[in-house]
Amino acid sequence: MTVSEGPAGNPLLSVRQLTKYFGSFAACSGIDLDIAPGEIHALLGENGAGKSTLVKMLFGILEPSEGAILWNGKPAVIRSPSEARSLGIGMVFQHFSLFEALTVAENIALSLDPKISLAKISDEAAMLSQAYGLPLDPKAHVADLSVGERQRIEIVRALLQNPKLIILDEPTSVLTPQEADRLFETLFKLKAEGRSVLYISHRLEEVRRICDSATVLRHGKVTGTCDPKQETPASLARMMVGADVSDVSRGTGSQLGDVQIEVASLSVPARTPFAVPLRGIDMQVRAGEVLAIAGVAGNGQGELFDVLSGEHTVADNDAIRIRGNAVGKAGINARRLLGAGFVPEERHGHAAVSEMSLSDNLLLARSQPDRRALLSGGALSVIRHGAVRSAARRICEEMDVRKSGDDPAAGSLSGGNLQKFIVGRELDRQPVVLVVNQPTWGVDAGAASRIRQALVDLARAGSAVVVISQDLDEILEIATNIAVISEGRLSRSFAAGDLSLEKIGLMMGGIHDSTHSEAAHAH
Amino acid sequence: MRIELQRRSQSSRLFSFVSPLLALVLTLFFGGIMFWMLGKQPLDALYSFFVEPLLEVWSLHELAVKAAPLILIGVGLSICYRSNNWNIGAEGQFTIGAITGSILPVLYPEWHSPMILPLMLVMGMVGGALYAGIPALLKTRFNTNEILTSLMLVYIAQLYLDWLVRGPWRDPQGYNFPQTKSFVPEAVLPEILESGRAHLAIAFALVAAVALWFMMRFMLKGFEVTVLGQSERAGRFAGFSARRMVWFSMMLSGALAGLAGISEVSGSIGHVQPTISPGYGFTAIIVAFLGRLNPLGIIASGFVLALTYLGGEAAQLSIGISDKVSRVFQGLLLFFVLSCDTLIHYRIRIVTQKLRGGAAHHA
Repeated sequence: MTVSEGPAGNPLLSVRQLTKYFGSFAACSGIDLDIAPGEIHALLGENGAGKSTLVKMLFGILEPSEGAILWNGKPAVIRSPSEARSLGIGMVFQHFSLFEALTVAENIALSLDPKISLAKISDEAAMLSQAYGLPLDPKAHVADLSVGERQRIEIVRALLQNPKLIILDEPTSVLTPQEADRLFETLFKLKAEGRSVLYISHRLEEVRRICDSATVLRHGKVTGTCDPKQETPASLARMMVGADVSDVSRGTGSQLGDVQIEVASLSVPARTPFAVPLRGIDMQVRAGEVLAIAGVAGNGQGELFDVLSGEHTVADNDAIRIRGNAVGKAGINARRLLGAGFVPEERHGHAAVSEMSLSDNLLLARSQPDRRALLSGGALSVIRHGAVRSAARRICEEMDVRKSGDDPAAGSLSGGNLQKFIVGRELDRQPVVLVVNQPTWGVDAGAASRIRQALVDLARAGSAVVVISQDLDEILEIATNIAVISEGRLSRSFAAGDLSLEKIGLMMGGIHDSTHSEAAHAH
Repeated sequence: MRIELQRRSQSSRLFSFVSPLLALVLTLFFGGIMFWMLGKQPLDALYSFFVEPLLEVWSLHELAVKAAPLILIGVGLSICYRSNNWNIGAEGQFTIGAITGSILPVLYPEWHSPMILPLMLVMGMVGGALYAGIPALLKTRFNTNEILTSLMLVYIAQLYLDWLVRGPWRDPQGYNFPQTKSFVPEAVLPEILESGRAHLAIAFALVAAVALWFMMRFMLKGFEVTVLGQSERAGRFAGFSARRMVWFSMMLSGALAGLAGISEVSGSIGHVQPTISPGYGFTAIIVAFLGRLNPLGIIASGFVLALTYLGGEAAQLSIGISDKVSRVFQGLLLFFVLSCDTLIHYRIRIVTQKLRGGAAHHA
């Protein structure tokens, strides 16, 4: 137990009995927390545990209902993010606050003194991003960047302000292991300079590796403080979720069946100047197989998902086949009618409409494949609200989706619960082919394990599952086969047992060995 | 020092319901102040503006006559706005609908047939829809902003109408007045009751409002409108096409505006003249928002705005002030509706200290 007062004596930041009410609901209740100078402090907790609320109070976005924040031992009232920044607190959000129409440099400039010239900011940002291994083009427009690249802007932006305490919310969720390692080096460097880091993560391994102490939240209360290096991932997870997180059981020896989804030498030019073109994609997934596609953010995953789902059709109808049917020119609903299901990466505004109820969001993906059950009135297509609602209820029960009220807006659910609903929405149909992009991005450990188990079970029941993921632990946990995407090229698929982590990492880093092209058909 | 709008973490359900009423009350209050500054008794003036028109049968008929185009156009616009397409040019579609609908009675004045009226209505709708198709084409083809193109097309339509009735369509026996021949009786939209002028247009308006309410509430098409309005990407995931929705919503609202146009010319005026609308197409925007973009709400708000037109005429007679006062009331109303809605979602914060940063951090 090496928490609170570190060797340097006084903590940099102390939080005493901090409480935040939303109405009568206490999102945070009596939180105590001490962060010593030069320490990397982990904040652990499931989605909805109160981590975001706590952090927002520290960063001046929310006003505490009760309790005190002490900065260098003195009471501090933080009324706005800029006050937090002038104290010396920097923050990297999980959901980025960037203007899509502006360039990287312009976005950074917005949070700095307006007198500094854009050119200078560009230079400094370029320098910092170089130094910390976070490659960024200051002139690129944010709209054209991937999630991973957008996060780099946030990190660089926080670092530019030279903070004493930097708060990172799930920073590695979109980085490769190598990039994460570089980020950790950055963090160690910051630590060596005497700065403190408040590190929010679901990745227990990571927390054990880099954090000096950890505070665990559950249901808005501190359930424990510990030295994560003395704990195992399982014991940390237990503190977090209050129950043992079950391992995904993969089962063995399932026989592979026919090819259910097939892509043959598919090339797609980039639609925007910054999009990644797909080059000569070959892929076959059989019934019973979980093909995981590993890769760093922004290497063509989004583009691949779009052409697989039919949200963007391709010129060559034969390039994509689902259950033997050529579907390159077919739209997403035609592919759904063939038995395919799709789960996009972005929950809000792509997989779901935040403002709409869960039952409406069910209809979003199911109006055509389940036309008969959910619609009536022939050409009028009258929605059978009762049937839709009971289907939504069934999915919530099946996937243990926790929500308030019978049919709340999708936006009111925590990330993990919404993701369980979105995945459940497809599983409920027993799809023959399921394509999932980042199934557990920003999802808490309990929900992630449930989703992974569901994907594995689906494949065992005889479906072909494609999982596009940046989370290697996830890939190793569920994949029967692994392929790596890099710069729009997809490697051949390897049996999961035949690939070492190191080799995957190398391939993700864009090392194409010479066997790539000839091995492409060797599945 | 500056004023900032800060998003509320929760917006009040109660107030999102009463906000249109609150806006009405504020409009009346500030209207009263305006009358007082004009040297009139505020309460008397408000009475003659808003109450007197409701006391006589003939003026209730007038109310229905004026509400009909407002509701017809307003419900069409509500579908547009819900789907995130901003058709501001209903006035132009109204005008073109009136012109295309009048082709038969103007060019074939001797044609007496019961077929003529249905044909006129259909042609008016087609004309309005095609005219709204221009901004739809420009938007889907060239990514042009439909707010600008639809608005600019209003002036083209109005000037075209002006040219028509002063030129080729002018009645040769009309003593040089810029208007066409009067429509034959078969081409005139019949009145509903013996007691006054209210004609079938109000029935069209009510049917359209209920039909579109049903569509938005119960049909997959309405769901499609809402989804695409909230998120184009989610719409694409659902298999809906944003491009087709541009066409659908623009042409639907254009058709309803065109129907309103030909109904107005056929039912209320009886011939074509340079000015056929006191700005119905623009006022309908207020109607749509005051009705919270809900077709049933728009029926109510259509009557409210119709009352401002009527009140303006009445006030001109009884207390001797310009009928431009109607426009003032409409402006006040739109202003208060929008600001009430804004304040439901945002709180006002006056920031006194000079901020060095922070602008980018309101996620």
